[in-house]
Amino acid sequence: MSELSVKHLLGIKYITEADIHLIFETADHFKEVINRSIKKVPSLRDITIANLFFENSTRTRLSFELAEKRLSADVVNFSASSSSVKKGETLVDTVNNILSMKVDMVVMRHPNPGAGVFLSKHINASIINAGDGAHEHPTQALLDTYSIREKLGDVAGKNVVIVGDILHSRVALSNIFALQKLGANVKVCGPKTLLPKYIESLGVGVETNLQKALQWCDVANMLRVQNERMDISYFPTTREYTQQFGLNKQLLDSLDKEIVVMHPGPINRGVEITSDVADSKQAIILNQVENGVAIRMAVLYLLASKIDRNED
Amino acid sequence: MSQKVLLNATEVKIALHRLACQLIENHDTFSNTVLIGIQPRGVFLAERIKSLLETDYKIKNIQLGYLDITFYRDDFRRNDKTIEASKTKVNFLVEGKRVVFIDDVLYTGRSIRAALTAVQSFGRPSEIELLTFIDRRFSRHLPIQPDYRGRQVDAINNEKVKVCWQENDGEDAVYLINN
Repeated sequence: MSELSVKHLLGIKYITEADIHLIFETADHFKEVINRSIKKVPSLRDITIANLFFENSTRTRLSFELAEKRLSADVVNFSASSSSVKKGETLVDTVNNILSMKVDMVVMRHPNPGAGVFLSKHINASIINAGDGAHEHPTQALLDTYSIREKLGDVAGKNVVIVGDILHSRVALSNIFALQKLGANVKVCGPKTLLPKYIESLGVGVETNLQKALQWCDVANMLRVQNERMDISYFPTTREYTQQFGLNKQLLDSLDKEIVVMHPGPINRGVEITSDVADSKQAIILNQVENGVAIRMAVLYLLASKIDRNED
Repeated sequence: MSQKVLLNATEVKIALHRLACQLIENHDTFSNTVLIGIQPRGVFLAERIKSLLETDYKIKNIQLGYLDITFYRDDFRRNDKTIEASKTKVNFLVEGKRVVFIDDVLYTGRSIRAALTAVQSFGRPSEIELLTFIDRRFSRHLPIQPDYRGRQVDAINNEKVKVCWQENDGEDAVYLINN
């Protein structure tokens, strides 16, 4: 088995456990490459990739762009704020215009859930979902689980708690799928208003006491409070949220074991996680960022190898 | 499918000793020389040559690296299946060094072309030589020739030359396989 089962990476839901392991093994090799003094390989030199960001992003966009450049692909960037989308062009029209400039792959972030799936039915290029609304963010889940595997040796059998705004989080959903496919036990923790009603049907445990959740877990993934997605008040004040669901040093020290702390960024310091925890040895936040480039290189490489030259 | 023995264990041993001696003639104490085995199958030969040089010829501190060329190949997307990568382990800079590439079979020369590009990531060597156990004559696609060869073989294109090593395949031998 040395090939992905899919042509697009639209979500973790659509790929298999074997796919995830193949991506991890390939990422191991790319991690070695990006730690060399010359970090570039020529694998994708005949591939052109369009990065379409219909929603703001710094980290993911930079990480994808670096991954593409380190594989020697040609890259074009597009952001909705400075484009014809504002003039009323539809998604399919925008993308088809870009594709007629002979683009082989599309990396897309879009505020609407399912945008990637919709696009994959209408165009020929290989699509990578870089986040679609509150649906999925597959490369983030891959780099999170890859970082757990790197830190703890394996993902299977580990207890992972995802803390915070589960309702608005594509990171949470993709992580739940990835962790379950790899055999980990998953719980979510947060204010009841930010836990989706159907969450237990995914086979995920629910815990509303952070202390208990942390005592149970090996890894805590602290999500950002997404103020920009909150149309109504889900909790009384930020301060109250921090008191109940914020991770601080005192809480961490009260556990009788050492847990791994993760955060997908950007961090609201002092809200979901305090500075001393974010900068502590238990936090692998910056390892996650480094692994992000290796994971995205692996995904791009494996998907590019499935593009049929005869279709070009 | 039929197969024929090209070299048996004794002949493999003789050839290995000869290659080791030829390397010593050119590189003396190996003080400025590094060996690089090309993944995946060149590393068995490279390890053998290294241990021969160390045990039988008392040369110390030989530097050996493994180089994977998967991401540098020119047949990406031209093959039906994705090529699986192996580990690259080069724990030294090759800047200013004399590099010896070691691979088991030299056929079209495309792997060596990729290796020449790949090694640039680790610096600019002062020179690069090529040691190959089997040199398949008349089948080159590129102007690449070995500096040291174990045995020259005339094989036609649908034949395959397989080099077996004790540590991986259970015996030392070279086979010509006819499909």
